[in-house]
Amino acid sequence: MHALANPARFLRFARPATNWLLWIGLAFAVAGMIAGLTLTPPDYLQKDTVRILYIHVPAAWLGMGGWLGIAAAAVSQLVWRHPLAAVAGRAAAPAGATFAAICLLTGSIWGRPTWGTWWEWDGRLTSMLVLFFLYLGYIALGSAERERGGEGRITAIYGVVGAINLPIIHYSVLWWRTLHQGQSISLSGSSIDNSLLWPLPLTMVGFSCLFGAAVLMRMRAELAETKVEARMRRLSA
Amino acid sequence: MNPWPFVTAAYCIAIGATAALLLWAYASMRRAEAAADALKRK
Repeated sequence: MHALANPARFLRFARPATNWLLWIGLAFAVAGMIAGLTLTPPDYLQKDTVRILYIHVPAAWLGMGGWLGIAAAAVSQLVWRHPLAAVAGRAAAPAGATFAAICLLTGSIWGRPTWGTWWEWDGRLTSMLVLFFLYLGYIALGSAERERGGEGRITAIYGVVGAINLPIIHYSVLWWRTLHQGQSISLSGSSIDNSLLWPLPLTMVGFSCLFGAAVLMRMRAELAETKVEARMRRLSA
Repeated sequence: MNPWPFVTAAYCIAIGATAALLLWAYASMRRAEAAADALKRK
């Protein structure tokens, strides 16, 4: 990561990487969604509603993964003073907030035919909603601090403290057993049959690449804006 | 209960929100990089 600390070196990597991530992401996401909608059998209990799995699960993982990225960038900024860490954190927040919102909305739509309700104040749903609001707070704080010309230390501390919500989301289905199902996919295996599961890695890779492309595009935008602001200050001095 | 309206709505939201995120990120990047290039040429 320190090899990319220099913005010019980072841009040499980011320009081709943005295109690669975008096109690979689109190919995998479209293939996974088509496969999930047409090539898998309906679940014996949930019938065709189970197809929401292929978008809901990647959105949930990326919503949480986005904040993990923010926390890692914040630690990198506070401990090692990585010059691009604050930019990376601010760039990851809109993408993370978008996927957290997708997770909440698709989960609510999935809940209506499955549970008979759009919303329930259960541990998993509530902690995910808290994550979405944490993202909004991070975006507002990051923008305000950047406008004031700050180093982004307060935003970074907020990013580290907000990470306490991640284990709460992860373990919520074990701590508070209400409506949301327990963990069905883990490192040791899955309780979902392979005939239903196989498109999920495709949408996981696809949406992850699209997330990465969005983050790189926002980082490139912010670096260019910083360059313009610095030049304008020099011209007006 | 017919599940397809729910499945369709969920996919429309996911595709629409992801497309909006990518278009906004792309547009802001192009605008900022064009402004930086224009200033460099001055």
